[in-house]
Amino acid sequence: MSTLLAIFIYLSTLVFVVGLLQRIRDYAGTPAPLKIPTTPAPTTGGGVVLRMVREVVFFESLFKGNLWTWVSGWLFHFSMLLVVFRHLRYFTEPVWGWVDFIQPFGIYAGITMVAGLLGLLARRIFVERIRYISTPSDFLMLVLLIGIASSGLLMKFVGHPDVIMVKNYFLGLMHLSIRELPSNFVLYAHLSMVFTLLLIFPMSKLLHAPGLFFSPSRNQADNPREKRHIAPWAAKLESEK
Amino acid sequence: MADIAPPAYRTFPIIPELKPGAMEGKGPFVAPDKINEALGFPGHLEDDWHDKAIAKMGDLLSRYRSLKVYMDACVHCGACSDKCHYFIGTQDPKNMPVARQDLMRSVYRRYFTLPGKLFPKLVGARDLTREVLDEWFNYYHQCSECRRCSVFCPYGIDTAEVTMAAREILDSVGYGQKYANEIIGKVHKIGNNLGLPGPALIDTLEGLEEDVKEATGVDVRFPMDVKGAEVLLITPSADFFAEPHIDSLIGYAKVFHATGTSWTLSSMSSEAGNFGLFIGNYDQLRTIAMRIRQAALELGVKRIVVGECGHAWRVAYSFWNTLTGVGDGADPNDRFAQMLQKQLDHRYKQPSHICEFTWDMIQDERLVFDKSKNDKYVITYHDSCNVARGSNMGGYPGGQFDIPRNIIRAVANNFVEMDSSTSYERTFCCGGGGGLLTDDLMDVRVKGALPRMEKLQQVKDEEGVNFMACICAICKAQFTKVLPIYGFDRKVVGGVHQLVSNAIQLGVK
Repeated sequence: MSTLLAIFIYLSTLVFVVGLLQRIRDYAGTPAPLKIPTTPAPTTGGGVVLRMVREVVFFESLFKGNLWTWVSGWLFHFSMLLVVFRHLRYFTEPVWGWVDFIQPFGIYAGITMVAGLLGLLARRIFVERIRYISTPSDFLMLVLLIGIASSGLLMKFVGHPDVIMVKNYFLGLMHLSIRELPSNFVLYAHLSMVFTLLLIFPMSKLLHAPGLFFSPSRNQADNPREKRHIAPWAAKLESEK
Repeated sequence: MADIAPPAYRTFPIIPELKPGAMEGKGPFVAPDKINEALGFPGHLEDDWHDKAIAKMGDLLSRYRSLKVYMDACVHCGACSDKCHYFIGTQDPKNMPVARQDLMRSVYRRYFTLPGKLFPKLVGARDLTREVLDEWFNYYHQCSECRRCSVFCPYGIDTAEVTMAAREILDSVGYGQKYANEIIGKVHKIGNNLGLPGPALIDTLEGLEEDVKEATGVDVRFPMDVKGAEVLLITPSADFFAEPHIDSLIGYAKVFHATGTSWTLSSMSSEAGNFGLFIGNYDQLRTIAMRIRQAALELGVKRIVVGECGHAWRVAYSFWNTLTGVGDGADPNDRFAQMLQKQLDHRYKQPSHICEFTWDMIQDERLVFDKSKNDKYVITYHDSCNVARGSNMGGYPGGQFDIPRNIIRAVANNFVEMDSSTSYERTFCCGGGGGLLTDDLMDVRVKGALPRMEKLQQVKDEEGVNFMACICAICKAQFTKVLPIYGFDRKVVGGVHQLVSNAIQLGVK
């Protein structure tokens, strides 16, 4: 079983990395022929960086758009970030100081992550408009994430697997050697779901993460009168004349 | 129009419940063969439309990063779902921005993503059937490309970009919209959206000179095709004859007169509007804009100033430099752009908005006003969507909001704001933008005006507002038609330069 899971982990990580890089290259290589920043648009490159930071850290636009979605979404994303940081202890030896420091916070974050996800799920179920636009995959994505978070919490608070063995397993994987993983059902479920998430990342709406950075309405400086902006395919129209 | 009843005002701004299918079959007239063919599009749908449409979609995905990212990035969070005036007014769920995008996104997933190819039902992917194409035609012509949804989207997804792509695909298979394509044909043939030939324009302008002389006793000129003039004014052709637009044209002329600015109109390039934007077609957008470049070069002007028109200002401010070189900062090796940029006077922004021009003159104390001439009005200001969310003025963020308001305060005593949830970048479209200003879409236009009308009613009741100023030809035309349906006088709407015209004192400085 350990080996089977290892193969799946390698495979999904490969799909995740290669797929994501390819997608990013695709975005970066596609021209944005016209200046289309949305108001309030900064006029300088520095302003764009600030705007992007506000979007990434505070979800500024979503905050303007809908407070409940913002509360749930922000809580979920930043809890998950803490949880991911907490998990670095399974991949580092010795464990970095700051990772050690955040261990207890990471546990609370697991709980708030589920709370945020349940908020998002409730919105999908109970708000007529959101229910209308939801596809089965939208629900499954939330269920998958709730599954990941709650199986993690289950291992923390109910049935502890041998974490030393778990750590050895991952340190081994990082050096291309497959070691034994504790035969714990919840652990297997947890890991399978996590790597399923990575597997579908480059071909699903999870692409919103890299997408934001390439969104012309957010990443362009509003200076069209000061500097001529022209895409290569559009410039060709001029040389043809 | 008497038979069209407006939707009821919402007592408090609740989000309306869904009425699926409410606006099915309420789309515009389909363009006949001749109109499509004049623009180089197929005349009508042919048997191979499906493959051509998918190929066109692939082509657009490779040329527009906006479309590619926006197709992928949406997570269906719903932040935009209650932000569209057409959704609020019609309650049709397919008028929610996300649902409008999904009409195309579902097809994108089916043909361009692995999960959509393997598990279409799971991810909401659909084949592009004739029914889907009809749905596109219907609902992508119930979007005014106003970008309000984009303000609230966590990824900045702009439904306007999706609507434009959809319309371009529809045009590419011969399924165009009559109104927009007919107007573009007129620009190519005659030089303006209304199809007014040069002699008719000159006639109108002479009439205006007589009118102004009669009213003020001053010889204010409306020059046409004057070589060597300093300023070329490019204004929407509605300014030449439509009410209340013409009053703003008189206002511009008075400002030029009072400041001793030599200026001219062009009979060849007599249109600021650019419906190429509405149909999302870069070639059309560019070809139409090229007339302005040509006029500027031929007349040898130093400055290009744009009249009161929302989408025209977006095209002028954001796109002219890209499309035609009207602007600054071209690469030294860029011969095409340099040819024009060397001619223009870069002490001024190129192009400038007429409001930027007038506000500069006010700051330089070159204009004198008798504000009491506007005392019969309690004025509010409607931010037009393309000015508010697709452009700028004054060169600093938010200048497009301040400058028109500054002018109003400089020429009038009574100014009040409408509810802040519907102004500045959160402003609501008038309901007639984006190529929807046609009688065959009257139903959606009236319903789409609801959110603006609610807040206008509020300032009318609370503050006695009797004049709503704006700087958009489409807003003016739309409100003139829609205001009476909501129980207002149609003369409640007018231009900022109409107020300038009322108050300006000629022959004082």
